[in-house]
Amino acid sequence: MTSQHIIDPPEDGHFRNGGNNQPSPTTLSIDLTINGETHSLDIEPRVTLLDALRERLALTGTKKGCDQGQCGACTVHVDGERVLACLTLAAQVEGRSITTIEGLADADGTLHAVQAAFLEQDAFQCGYCTPGQIMSAVACIREGHAGSDEDIREYMAGNLCRCGAYPHIVAAVRQAARELRS
Amino acid sequence: MRDFAYLRADSVEAARNAAALPGAMLLAGGTTLVDLAKCGVAEPATVVDISHIEGLDAIDVSAERAVIGALARMSHVADHPQVKSHFPAVSEALWQAASAQLRNMATIGGNLMQRTRCPYFRDPQNFPACNKRAPGSGCSAIGGVTRGHAVLGVSEACIATYPGDLAIALVAFDAEADLGDRKLKVEDFFLAPGATAEREHDIRPGEVITAIEIPGSAAARRSTYLKVRDRQSYEFAAASAAVGLELEGDGRTIRDIRVALGGVATKPWRARAVEEALKGKPLDEEIVRKASELAMEGAVDHGANHYKIALAPRVIARAILKLGETA
Repeated sequence: MTSQHIIDPPEDGHFRNGGNNQPSPTTLSIDLTINGETHSLDIEPRVTLLDALRERLALTGTKKGCDQGQCGACTVHVDGERVLACLTLAAQVEGRSITTIEGLADADGTLHAVQAAFLEQDAFQCGYCTPGQIMSAVACIREGHAGSDEDIREYMAGNLCRCGAYPHIVAAVRQAARELRS
Repeated sequence: MRDFAYLRADSVEAARNAAALPGAMLLAGGTTLVDLAKCGVAEPATVVDISHIEGLDAIDVSAERAVIGALARMSHVADHPQVKSHFPAVSEALWQAASAQLRNMATIGGNLMQRTRCPYFRDPQNFPACNKRAPGSGCSAIGGVTRGHAVLGVSEACIATYPGDLAIALVAFDAEADLGDRKLKVEDFFLAPGATAEREHDIRPGEVITAIEIPGSAAARRSTYLKVRDRQSYEFAAASAAVGLELEGDGRTIRDIRVALGGVATKPWRARAVEEALKGKPLDEEIVRKASELAMEGAVDHGANHYKIALAPRVIARAILKLGETA
């Protein structure tokens, strides 16, 4: 983003660059760092990180479920912490480090321990919620909130699975947590 | 979602200047603003992103007080060791709210600005009448499905429930919001609807919440947040209570007690009648249950939410008795 988008208020504190004493909607030029790569985008301010990932950058592993912050299908990491991409404006995460499901495995294709555990435990049916579940689980383990099944259920509650694969999801998180600890 | 101008504030002063613009709204975590913009409820002309302001996320806790920066995230405050030890009800209210992802996004200042989850408020297409959105248009909830609506602090204009958890604990322990030029009790920051349902917060154009301060106390150190809801997790409260307890040296007589209620009122609700009835009394189940009933004085139900009048006193009593068991 160019420096003109950083607020430098006039002496009286009122902006006049858009008429009616208000700045006008405009296209923002931003750089997003996703899975270690920098992407330059021209976007409207209202574009969410989720739409930027899916519609502009063809990173469709991050799923759009409810688009209202209720289902967790769009979970990604920003600076290593799990957040919902559907309630995050793309402009807001400029300068942050974003990780999506596409950036989880090693460059040689070796799966992350959580991905491998989901396969081994058969922790999905239709698979639509799975990228969000996996991104959430990686963070859940890292946070230290996967010490018991009770903890896993509580701290994975933000990821809904309408196929009802919850028991296997808990088993996969439990297994991955054990492997990552050792 | 209508488009808006995006401005990024890099200082509190810049945020204040921008917040004074007509149609400007502050963006911190985004969990309320972006959500309501998608619903068509919030239509900001300008979104002022304050999430990049440095130094506003500090968490400073001692036995005397907690000072929590407005941009501290809910998850970080919930897991903070000193918050857990000096203000357990605050930590418990936070980790039982929303989901892990939302708690990583949502800030403490933004949490105070959270809007009601009233389904009529959130659906302008199907329910144009809402005194919160359009003053004077009426209330679609009254006469509608009211299972989640408030029974305390309601008016003929609005029965929308205050949905948050953190503010219940803040109100119980006399926390203050720092707005820069003035500080005010969190209890006074929230406004009951009365005839002006559109005004939920005592905040003026150009004001920015910079911190929350919570005075330390023996009651805050021995405190808990009990949240009863339809699901075990990731759900708003049907009724909740933040309770703090200080006993006399005899280990039985109540010296100080704090009680605040969530899920049943239009704003975070301090139950002073319960507190007054219990001060100086022995911590006895029958006395506690009887006093807890006083929280519902003046309660008005609208049919489907009648159960809250029975539920809330039981939640209070259970929280107090649970604290009594922890020495």
